[in-house]
Amino acid sequence: MRQTEVMVIGGGPAGLSAAVEAASLGCQVLVVDSDLKLGGQLIKQTHKFFGSKEEHAGTRGYQIADILFRELEENKDRIQILSNTTAVGYYKEDGVISCVTGEDEYFRVKPQRVIMATGAQEKMIPFPNNDLPGVYGAGAVQTLMNVYGVMPGKRVLMVGAGNIGLIVSYQMKQAGVDIAGIVEFMPHVGGYWVHAAKDRRLGIPIYLRHTILEALGDRFVTGAVIQEVGAKGGLEGEPKKIDCDVICMAVGLTPTCELLWQAGCEMVFVPELCGYVAKRDNQMRTSVPTIWVAGDAAGIEEASSAMVEGRVAGLNAARSLARLMDSEFDARSSLYWKRLSDLRAGPVGEKIRYGISQACCGSWEV
Amino acid sequence: MDLIKEHPILDFQHGKKVKFFFDGKAMEGFEGEPIAAALHSNGVVIYRETPEMKRPRGFFCAIGKCSSCFMVVDGVPNVRTCVTALTEGMRVETQRGKGLVPALS
Repeated sequence: MRQTEVMVIGGGPAGLSAAVEAASLGCQVLVVDSDLKLGGQLIKQTHKFFGSKEEHAGTRGYQIADILFRELEENKDRIQILSNTTAVGYYKEDGVISCVTGEDEYFRVKPQRVIMATGAQEKMIPFPNNDLPGVYGAGAVQTLMNVYGVMPGKRVLMVGAGNIGLIVSYQMKQAGVDIAGIVEFMPHVGGYWVHAAKDRRLGIPIYLRHTILEALGDRFVTGAVIQEVGAKGGLEGEPKKIDCDVICMAVGLTPTCELLWQAGCEMVFVPELCGYVAKRDNQMRTSVPTIWVAGDAAGIEEASSAMVEGRVAGLNAARSLARLMDSEFDARSSLYWKRLSDLRAGPVGEKIRYGISQACCGSWEV
Repeated sequence: MDLIKEHPILDFQHGKKVKFFFDGKAMEGFEGEPIAAALHSNGVVIYRETPEMKRPRGFFCAIGKCSSCFMVVDGVPNVRTCVTALTEGMRVETQRGKGLVPALS
Protein backbone atom coordinates (compact mmCIF):
# COMPACT_ATOMS: atom_id res chain seq x y z
CA MET A 1 0.00 0.00 0.00
CA ARG A 2 1.22 3.47 -0.91
CA GLN A 3 1.57 6.12 1.77
CA THR A 4 1.50 9.85 1.29
CA GLU A 5 1.00 12.92 3.42
CA VAL A 6 -1.39 14.63 1.05
CA MET A 7 -3.34 12.94 -1.71
CA VAL A 8 -4.89 15.19 -4.32
CA ILE A 9 -7.65 13.57 -6.39
CA GLY A 10 -7.95 15.36 -9.71
CA GLY A 11 -5.23 17.13 -11.68
CA GLY A 12 -7.23 20.07 -13.01
CA PRO A 13 -6.83 23.72 -12.02
CA ALA A 14 -7.97 23.14 -8.42
CA GLY A 15 -6.02 19.94 -7.83
CA LEU A 16 -2.75 21.15 -9.34
CA SER A 17 -2.95 24.41 -7.39
CA ALA A 18 -3.58 22.44 -4.20
CA ALA A 19 -0.65 20.13 -4.94
CA VAL A 20 1.74 23.01 -5.62
CA GLU A 21 0.64 24.85 -2.49
CA ALA A 22 0.99 21.84 -0.18
CA ALA A 23 4.30 20.74 -1.72
CA SER A 24 5.80 24.22 -1.59
CA LEU A 25 5.08 24.16 2.14
CA GLY A 26 6.99 20.89 2.52
CA CYS A 27 4.32 18.20 2.22
CA GLN A 28 4.77 14.99 0.27
CA VAL A 29 1.98 15.01 -2.30
CA LEU A 30 0.46 12.36 -4.55
CA VAL A 31 -1.76 13.55 -7.39
CA VAL A 32 -3.98 11.11 -9.27
CA ASP A 33 -5.81 12.13 -12.42
CA SER A 34 -8.07 9.98 -14.54
CA ASP A 35 -7.16 11.48 -17.89
CA LEU A 36 -4.20 10.69 -20.15
CA LYS A 37 -3.11 14.31 -19.88
CA LEU A 38 -2.87 16.46 -16.79
CA GLY A 39 -4.53 19.86 -16.51
CA GLY A 40 -8.25 19.07 -16.55
CA GLN A 41 -10.32 21.48 -18.60
CA LEU A 42 -7.55 24.08 -18.73
CA ILE A 43 -5.64 22.34 -21.50
CA LYS A 44 -8.55 22.64 -23.91
CA GLN A 45 -9.47 26.23 -23.16
CA THR A 46 -8.21 28.48 -25.90
CA HIS A 47 -10.01 31.64 -24.77
CA LYS A 48 -8.44 34.34 -22.65
CA PHE A 49 -9.46 34.30 -19.02
CA PHE A 50 -11.27 37.11 -17.22
CA GLY A 51 -11.00 37.71 -13.52
CA SER A 52 -7.94 39.15 -11.90
CA LYS A 53 -4.27 39.49 -12.73
CA GLU A 54 -3.33 37.04 -9.93
CA GLU A 55 -5.41 34.39 -11.69
CA HIS A 56 -3.83 35.19 -15.06
CA ALA A 57 -6.63 37.25 -16.60
CA GLY A 58 -5.86 37.85 -20.26
CA THR A 59 -4.00 34.55 -20.56
CA ARG A 60 -5.47 31.61 -22.49
CA GLY A 61 -6.53 28.58 -20.45
CA TYR A 62 -3.98 26.14 -21.87
CA GLN A 63 -1.22 28.65 -21.18
CA ILE A 64 -2.36 28.87 -17.55
CA ALA A 65 -1.99 25.08 -17.45
CA ASP A 66 1.61 25.52 -18.61
CA ILE A 67 2.24 27.93 -15.73
CA LEU A 68 0.91 25.33 -13.27
CA PHE A 69 3.04 22.61 -14.91
CA ARG A 70 6.13 24.78 -14.33
CA GLU A 71 5.19 25.15 -10.66
CA LEU A 72 4.79 21.38 -10.42
CA GLU A 73 8.23 21.01 -11.92
CA GLU A 74 9.71 23.40 -9.35
CA ASN A 75 8.27 21.19 -6.60
CA LYS A 76 8.88 17.85 -8.28
CA ASP A 77 10.91 16.45 -5.36
CA ARG A 78 7.76 16.40 -3.29
CA ILE A 79 5.05 15.76 -5.88
CA GLN A 80 4.30 12.43 -7.46
CA ILE A 81 1.80 12.44 -10.31
CA LEU A 82 -0.12 9.46 -11.62
CA SER A 83 -2.06 10.14 -14.82
CA ASN A 84 -4.67 7.81 -16.30
CA THR A 85 -5.37 6.83 -12.71
CA THR A 86 -8.85 6.97 -11.24
CA ALA A 87 -9.60 6.98 -7.52
CA VAL A 88 -12.52 4.56 -7.43
CA GLY A 89 -13.20 3.91 -3.77
CA TYR A 90 -12.88 5.52 -0.35
CA TYR A 91 -13.01 3.16 2.62
CA LYS A 92 -14.41 5.00 5.63
CA GLU A 93 -13.17 2.38 8.10
CA ASP A 94 -9.50 3.19 7.59
CA GLY A 95 -9.38 6.09 5.11
CA VAL A 96 -7.83 3.91 2.42
CA ILE A 97 -8.42 4.97 -1.18
CA SER A 98 -8.41 2.42 -3.97
CA CYS A 99 -7.20 3.49 -7.40
CA VAL A 100 -6.87 1.97 -10.82
CA THR A 101 -4.34 2.93 -13.47
CA GLY A 102 -5.57 2.24 -16.97
CA GLU A 103 -8.16 -0.52 -16.98
CA ASP A 104 -6.72 -3.12 -14.64
CA GLU A 105 -3.81 -1.97 -12.47
CA TYR A 106 -5.33 -1.64 -9.01
CA PHE A 107 -3.55 -0.31 -5.94
CA ARG A 108 -4.36 1.27 -2.60
CA VAL A 109 -3.24 4.50 -0.99
CA LYS A 110 -3.28 5.44 2.67
CA PRO A 111 -3.04 9.23 2.74
CA GLN A 112 -2.90 11.36 5.86
CA ARG A 113 -4.86 14.16 4.21
CA VAL A 114 -7.05 14.20 1.10
CA ILE A 115 -7.96 17.03 -1.23
CA MET A 116 -10.91 16.18 -3.44
CA ALA A 117 -10.61 18.18 -6.64
CA THR A 118 -12.62 15.81 -8.79
CA GLY A 119 -14.19 18.48 -10.97
CA ALA A 120 -17.47 18.15 -12.74
CA GLN A 121 -19.38 16.13 -15.26
CA GLU A 122 -21.86 17.17 -17.87
CA LYS A 123 -25.60 17.15 -17.42
CA MET A 124 -27.88 15.70 -20.07
CA ILE A 125 -31.43 16.47 -21.11
CA PRO A 126 -33.93 13.87 -22.29
CA PHE A 127 -35.11 13.73 -25.90
CA PRO A 128 -35.67 10.86 -28.35
CA ASN A 129 -32.44 9.47 -29.80
CA ASN A 130 -30.21 11.37 -27.37
CA ASP A 131 -28.05 8.24 -27.19
CA LEU A 132 -27.17 8.24 -30.91
CA PRO A 133 -23.51 8.55 -31.86
CA GLY A 134 -23.06 12.22 -32.74
CA VAL A 135 -24.74 13.51 -29.59
CA TYR A 136 -21.62 14.64 -27.74
CA GLY A 137 -20.91 16.54 -24.56
CA ALA A 138 -19.41 19.99 -25.10
CA GLY A 139 -16.36 19.08 -23.04
CA ALA A 140 -15.83 16.01 -25.20
CA VAL A 141 -16.00 18.09 -28.37
CA GLN A 142 -13.46 20.49 -26.89
CA THR A 143 -11.15 17.59 -26.08
CA LEU A 144 -11.37 16.17 -29.58
CA MET A 145 -10.74 19.54 -31.18
CA ASN A 146 -8.45 21.50 -28.94
CA VAL A 147 -6.37 18.75 -27.38
CA TYR A 148 -6.16 16.24 -30.22
CA GLY A 149 -6.85 18.37 -33.29
CA VAL A 150 -9.65 16.12 -34.50
CA MET A 151 -12.65 17.57 -36.34
CA PRO A 152 -15.72 16.77 -34.21
CA GLY A 153 -18.03 16.85 -37.23
CA LYS A 154 -18.96 18.85 -40.30
CA ARG A 155 -22.04 20.70 -39.11
CA VAL A 156 -22.95 21.02 -35.46
CA LEU A 157 -26.06 22.06 -33.56
CA MET A 158 -25.17 23.42 -30.11
CA VAL A 159 -27.69 22.98 -27.32
CA GLY A 160 -27.28 25.57 -24.56
CA ALA A 161 -26.15 29.21 -24.66
CA GLY A 162 -24.32 29.34 -21.37
CA ASN A 163 -20.63 30.22 -21.43
CA ILE A 164 -19.58 26.72 -22.48
CA GLY A 165 -22.08 26.54 -25.35
CA LEU A 166 -21.13 30.00 -26.57
CA ILE A 167 -17.37 29.44 -26.30
CA VAL A 168 -17.30 25.95 -27.80
CA SER A 169 -19.42 27.18 -30.74
CA TYR A 170 -16.91 29.81 -31.80
CA GLN A 171 -14.04 27.44 -31.08
CA MET A 172 -15.58 24.98 -33.55
CA LYS A 173 -15.96 27.76 -36.08
CA GLN A 174 -12.26 28.60 -35.57
CA ALA A 175 -11.42 24.96 -36.27
CA GLY A 176 -13.38 25.05 -39.53
CA VAL A 177 -16.61 23.39 -38.40
CA ASP A 178 -19.92 24.77 -39.64
CA ILE A 179 -22.32 25.68 -36.82
CA ALA A 180 -26.02 25.23 -37.62
CA GLY A 181 -26.98 27.30 -34.60
CA ILE A 182 -27.20 27.49 -30.85
CA VAL A 183 -30.48 26.47 -29.21
CA GLU A 184 -31.34 28.01 -25.84
CA PHE A 185 -34.51 27.32 -23.86
CA MET A 186 -34.33 30.60 -21.92
CA PRO A 187 -35.32 33.95 -23.46
CA HIS A 188 -31.73 35.21 -23.01
CA VAL A 189 -28.20 33.86 -23.29
CA GLY A 190 -26.87 32.44 -20.05
CA GLY A 191 -23.22 33.26 -20.70
CA TYR A 192 -21.31 36.51 -20.99
CA TRP A 193 -22.32 38.93 -23.72
CA VAL A 194 -18.76 39.11 -25.01
CA HIS A 195 -18.91 35.42 -25.96
CA ALA A 196 -22.40 35.69 -27.48
CA ALA A 197 -21.25 38.71 -29.47
CA LYS A 198 -18.33 36.74 -30.85
CA ASP A 199 -20.68 33.98 -32.01
CA ARG A 200 -22.94 36.53 -33.68
CA ARG A 201 -19.98 38.20 -35.40
CA LEU A 202 -19.10 34.80 -36.82
CA GLY A 203 -22.65 34.51 -38.17
CA ILE A 204 -23.83 31.78 -35.80
CA PRO A 205 -27.60 31.99 -35.24
CA ILE A 206 -28.72 31.83 -31.61
CA TYR A 207 -32.24 30.44 -31.26
CA LEU A 208 -33.50 31.79 -27.95
CA ARG A 209 -36.68 30.25 -26.47
CA HIS A 210 -36.06 27.10 -28.47
CA THR A 211 -35.60 23.51 -27.44
CA ILE A 212 -34.44 20.31 -29.11
CA LEU A 213 -37.28 17.86 -29.72
CA GLU A 214 -35.33 14.94 -31.09
CA ALA A 215 -32.16 13.78 -32.77
CA LEU A 216 -32.65 12.32 -36.23
CA GLY A 217 -30.77 9.38 -37.62
CA ASP A 218 -30.82 5.62 -37.72
CA ARG A 219 -27.28 4.60 -36.72
CA PHE A 220 -25.82 8.08 -36.08
CA VAL A 221 -26.97 11.70 -36.05
CA THR A 222 -28.09 13.11 -39.39
CA GLY A 223 -30.13 16.01 -38.05
CA ALA A 224 -32.22 17.45 -35.26
CA VAL A 225 -35.67 18.89 -34.78
CA ILE A 226 -36.01 22.09 -32.78
CA GLN A 227 -39.04 24.16 -31.87
CA GLU A 228 -39.87 27.47 -30.27
CA VAL A 229 -40.94 27.54 -26.64
CA GLY A 230 -43.64 29.94 -25.44
CA ALA A 231 -43.56 32.13 -22.37
CA LYS A 232 -45.23 29.39 -20.30
CA GLY A 233 -42.84 26.69 -21.52
CA GLY A 234 -45.22 25.09 -24.07
CA LEU A 235 -44.22 24.53 -27.69
CA GLU A 236 -45.14 27.18 -30.22
CA GLY A 237 -44.93 27.55 -33.98
CA GLU A 238 -43.74 24.79 -36.28
CA PRO A 239 -40.94 22.29 -35.63
CA LYS A 240 -37.78 23.11 -37.63
CA LYS A 241 -35.51 20.46 -39.07
CA ILE A 242 -31.79 21.18 -38.81
CA ASP A 243 -29.22 19.27 -40.83
CA CYS A 244 -26.22 18.35 -38.70
CA ASP A 245 -23.95 15.41 -37.94
CA VAL A 246 -23.19 16.44 -34.34
CA ILE A 247 -25.49 17.68 -31.58
CA CYS A 248 -23.30 19.23 -28.93
CA MET A 249 -24.76 19.29 -25.42
CA ALA A 250 -23.83 22.25 -23.23
CA VAL A 251 -26.68 22.08 -20.76
CA GLY A 252 -24.73 22.49 -17.58
CA LEU A 253 -22.36 20.67 -15.30
CA THR A 254 -22.76 18.96 -11.98
CA PRO A 255 -20.06 18.38 -9.34
CA THR A 256 -18.37 14.98 -9.34
CA CYS A 257 -18.96 13.92 -5.77
CA GLU A 258 -19.10 10.11 -5.56
CA LEU A 259 -15.97 9.85 -3.42
CA LEU A 260 -17.25 12.52 -1.05
CA TRP A 261 -20.43 10.48 -0.56
CA GLN A 262 -18.37 7.32 -0.03
CA ALA A 263 -16.24 9.09 2.53
CA GLY A 264 -19.35 10.00 4.49
CA CYS A 265 -18.92 13.73 4.07
CA GLU A 266 -22.03 15.67 4.98
CA MET A 267 -23.62 16.59 1.64
CA VAL A 268 -26.14 19.24 0.69
CA PHE A 269 -28.06 19.88 -2.53
CA VAL A 270 -27.49 23.46 -3.66
CA PRO A 271 -29.10 24.37 -7.03
CA GLU A 272 -26.85 27.45 -7.34
CA LEU A 273 -23.79 25.17 -7.12
CA CYS A 274 -25.44 22.79 -9.63
CA GLY A 275 -25.95 19.68 -7.52
CA TYR A 276 -24.86 17.91 -4.39
CA VAL A 277 -21.77 19.35 -2.75
CA ALA A 278 -19.91 18.66 0.46
CA LYS A 279 -20.68 20.99 3.31
CA ARG A 280 -17.47 22.78 4.13
CA ASP A 281 -16.11 25.16 6.71
CA ASN A 282 -14.63 28.52 5.80
CA GLN A 283 -11.32 26.80 4.93
CA MET A 284 -12.84 24.28 2.46
CA ARG A 285 -12.66 21.40 4.97
CA THR A 286 -15.49 18.85 4.78
CA SER A 287 -17.23 17.21 7.76
CA VAL A 288 -14.56 14.49 7.57
CA PRO A 289 -11.63 16.29 9.23
CA THR A 290 -8.95 14.87 6.93
CA ILE A 291 -10.74 15.80 3.68
CA TRP A 292 -10.84 19.14 1.89
CA VAL A 293 -12.68 20.00 -1.28
CA ALA A 294 -11.81 22.48 -4.03
CA GLY A 295 -12.85 23.58 -7.50
CA ASP A 296 -15.94 22.45 -9.40
CA ALA A 297 -16.31 19.47 -7.04
CA ALA A 298 -17.19 22.04 -4.38
CA GLY A 299 -19.75 23.73 -6.65
CA ILE A 300 -19.73 24.66 -10.33
CA GLU A 301 -17.93 27.95 -10.80
CA GLU A 302 -14.94 28.56 -13.07
CA ALA A 303 -11.24 27.82 -13.27
CA SER A 304 -9.94 31.06 -11.73
CA SER A 305 -11.73 30.53 -8.44
CA ALA A 306 -11.00 26.79 -8.61
CA MET A 307 -7.27 27.58 -8.61
CA VAL A 308 -7.60 29.78 -5.53
CA GLU A 309 -9.77 27.22 -3.73
CA GLY A 310 -7.07 24.68 -4.50
CA ARG A 311 -4.51 26.97 -2.84
CA VAL A 312 -6.77 27.26 0.21
CA ALA A 313 -7.19 23.49 0.45
CA GLY A 314 -3.46 22.86 -0.02
CA LEU A 315 -2.56 25.52 2.53
CA ASN A 316 -4.93 24.05 5.12
CA ALA A 317 -3.77 20.49 4.54
CA ALA A 318 -0.20 21.70 5.12
CA ARG A 319 -1.22 23.59 8.23
CA SER A 320 -2.94 20.50 9.66
CA LEU A 321 0.39 18.70 9.23
CA ALA A 322 2.10 21.53 11.13
CA ARG A 323 4.13 22.70 8.13
CA LEU A 324 3.85 26.42 8.71
CA MET A 325 3.63 29.07 11.38
CA ASP A 326 0.26 30.58 12.24
CA SER A 327 1.43 33.99 11.07
CA GLU A 328 2.31 32.69 7.62
CA PHE A 329 -0.93 30.75 7.45
CA ASP A 330 -2.92 33.87 8.32
CA ALA A 331 -1.11 35.96 5.73
CA ARG A 332 -1.64 33.45 2.92
CA SER A 333 -5.18 32.59 3.93
CA SER A 334 -6.36 36.19 4.02
CA LEU A 335 -4.72 36.82 0.64
CA TYR A 336 -6.51 33.84 -0.97
CA TRP A 337 -9.88 34.71 0.51
CA LYS A 338 -9.47 38.28 -0.65
CA ARG A 339 -8.80 36.99 -4.17
CA LEU A 340 -11.86 34.73 -4.00
CA SER A 341 -14.10 37.53 -2.83
CA ASP A 342 -12.77 39.75 -5.64
CA LEU A 343 -13.51 37.03 -8.21
CA ARG A 344 -17.02 36.60 -6.80
CA ALA A 345 -17.80 40.31 -6.47
CA GLY A 346 -20.58 42.16 -8.22
CA PRO A 347 -23.86 41.05 -9.76
CA VAL A 348 -22.22 38.21 -11.78
CA GLY A 349 -21.09 36.58 -8.54
CA GLU A 350 -24.44 36.86 -6.80
CA LYS A 351 -25.60 33.33 -7.57
CA ILE A 352 -22.32 31.74 -6.51
CA ARG A 353 -22.19 33.81 -3.31
CA TYR A 354 -25.66 32.65 -2.38
CA GLY A 355 -24.81 29.02 -3.24
CA ILE A 356 -21.71 29.09 -1.07
CA SER A 357 -23.69 30.57 1.80
CA GLN A 358 -25.88 27.44 1.61
CA ALA A 359 -22.93 25.04 1.63
CA CYS A 360 -20.57 26.73 4.08
CA CYS A 361 -21.07 26.02 7.76
CA GLY A 362 -18.46 28.53 8.98
CA SER A 363 -16.66 26.21 11.36
CA TRP A 364 -17.01 22.53 12.28
CA GLU A 365 -15.78 23.24 15.81
CA VAL A 366 -18.55 23.76 18.37
CA MET B 1 -7.42 11.33 -41.00
CA ASP B 2 -9.90 14.16 -40.51
CA LEU B 3 -7.66 16.52 -38.55
CA ILE B 4 -7.86 20.27 -38.08
CA LYS B 5 -5.61 21.70 -40.79
CA GLU B 6 -5.24 25.29 -39.74
CA HIS B 7 -6.04 26.85 -36.41
CA PRO B 8 -5.80 30.55 -35.48
CA ILE B 9 -4.55 29.82 -31.95
CA LEU B 10 -3.36 26.25 -31.56
CA ASP B 11 -0.42 24.46 -33.06
CA PHE B 12 -1.02 20.72 -32.65
CA GLN B 13 1.87 18.51 -31.65
CA HIS B 14 1.13 14.91 -32.47
CA GLY B 15 3.16 11.91 -31.40
CA LYS B 16 4.37 9.07 -33.54
CA LYS B 17 1.99 7.86 -36.25
CA VAL B 18 1.05 4.21 -35.69
CA LYS B 19 -1.03 1.60 -37.45
CA PHE B 20 -3.94 -0.03 -35.65
CA PHE B 21 -6.93 -2.16 -36.62
CA PHE B 22 -10.61 -1.39 -36.31
CA ASP B 23 -12.73 -4.51 -36.85
CA GLY B 24 -9.83 -5.88 -38.84
CA LYS B 25 -9.39 -2.83 -41.04
CA ALA B 26 -6.02 -1.07 -40.89
CA MET B 27 -6.09 2.57 -39.82
CA GLU B 28 -3.63 5.22 -38.71
CA GLY B 29 -3.56 7.20 -35.50
CA PHE B 30 -1.14 8.82 -33.09
CA GLU B 31 0.54 6.86 -30.34
CA GLY B 32 -0.50 7.93 -26.85
CA GLU B 33 -3.67 9.68 -27.97
CA PRO B 34 -7.07 8.25 -26.98
CA ILE B 35 -8.29 5.34 -29.12
CA ALA B 36 -11.63 7.16 -29.47
CA ALA B 37 -9.94 10.24 -30.96
CA ALA B 38 -8.04 8.09 -33.44
CA LEU B 39 -11.24 6.32 -34.50
CA HIS B 40 -13.13 9.57 -34.83
CA SER B 41 -10.43 11.04 -37.04
CA ASN B 42 -10.84 7.96 -39.25
CA GLY B 43 -14.57 8.60 -39.53
CA VAL B 44 -15.62 5.83 -37.12
CA VAL B 45 -18.42 7.02 -34.84
CA ILE B 46 -20.15 3.76 -33.75
CA TYR B 47 -18.12 2.08 -31.01
CA ARG B 48 -20.50 -0.47 -29.53
CA GLU B 49 -24.01 -1.92 -29.58
CA THR B 50 -26.08 -2.06 -26.39
CA PRO B 51 -26.93 -5.51 -24.93
CA GLU B 52 -30.74 -5.27 -24.86
CA MET B 53 -31.93 -2.71 -27.41
CA LYS B 54 -29.00 -3.15 -29.82
CA ARG B 55 -28.64 0.62 -29.99
CA PRO B 56 -25.45 2.02 -31.48
CA ARG B 57 -23.27 3.99 -29.08
CA GLY B 58 -20.23 6.19 -29.62
CA PHE B 59 -18.09 8.89 -28.17
CA PHE B 60 -19.84 11.00 -25.53
CA CYS B 61 -18.16 12.32 -22.35
CA ALA B 62 -14.45 11.86 -23.12
CA ILE B 63 -13.60 11.70 -19.40
CA GLY B 64 -14.01 7.98 -18.76
CA LYS B 65 -17.31 8.28 -16.93
CA CYS B 66 -20.28 7.54 -19.18
CA SER B 67 -19.40 4.07 -20.60
CA SER B 68 -20.70 5.01 -24.04
CA CYS B 69 -17.35 4.36 -25.77
CA PHE B 70 -16.67 0.88 -24.37
CA MET B 71 -14.98 -1.33 -26.96
CA VAL B 72 -13.08 -4.59 -27.16
CA VAL B 73 -9.38 -3.74 -27.23
CA ASP B 74 -6.84 -6.50 -27.79
CA GLY B 75 -9.52 -8.99 -26.74
CA VAL B 76 -10.51 -7.15 -23.55
CA PRO B 77 -14.10 -5.85 -23.44
CA ASN B 78 -15.41 -2.67 -21.75
CA VAL B 79 -12.27 -0.64 -22.37
CA ARG B 80 -12.91 3.10 -22.00
CA THR B 81 -11.54 4.14 -25.37
CA CYS B 82 -11.71 7.86 -24.55
CA VAL B 83 -9.04 7.53 -21.85
CA THR B 84 -7.02 4.60 -23.17
CA ALA B 85 -3.92 5.41 -25.19
CA LEU B 86 -3.47 4.06 -28.70
CA THR B 87 -0.46 1.81 -29.29
CA GLU B 88 1.11 0.30 -32.39
CA GLY B 89 -0.79 -2.67 -33.77
CA MET B 90 -3.72 -2.37 -31.35
CA ARG B 91 -6.76 -4.43 -32.29
CA VAL B 92 -9.89 -2.41 -31.62
CA GLU B 93 -13.29 -4.00 -32.16
CA THR B 94 -16.92 -2.90 -31.98
CA GLN B 95 -18.34 -4.27 -28.75
CA ARG B 96 -21.63 -6.13 -29.06
CA GLY B 97 -23.46 -6.65 -25.80
CA LYS B 98 -21.55 -6.93 -22.57
CA GLY B 99 -18.49 -8.54 -24.07
CA LEU B 100 -16.80 -11.72 -22.98
CA VAL B 101 -14.15 -11.74 -20.31
CA PRO B 102 -11.02 -13.21 -21.86
CA ALA B 103 -9.76 -16.47 -20.39
CA LEU B 104 -7.03 -15.93 -17.84
CA SER B 105 -3.70 -17.16 -19.12
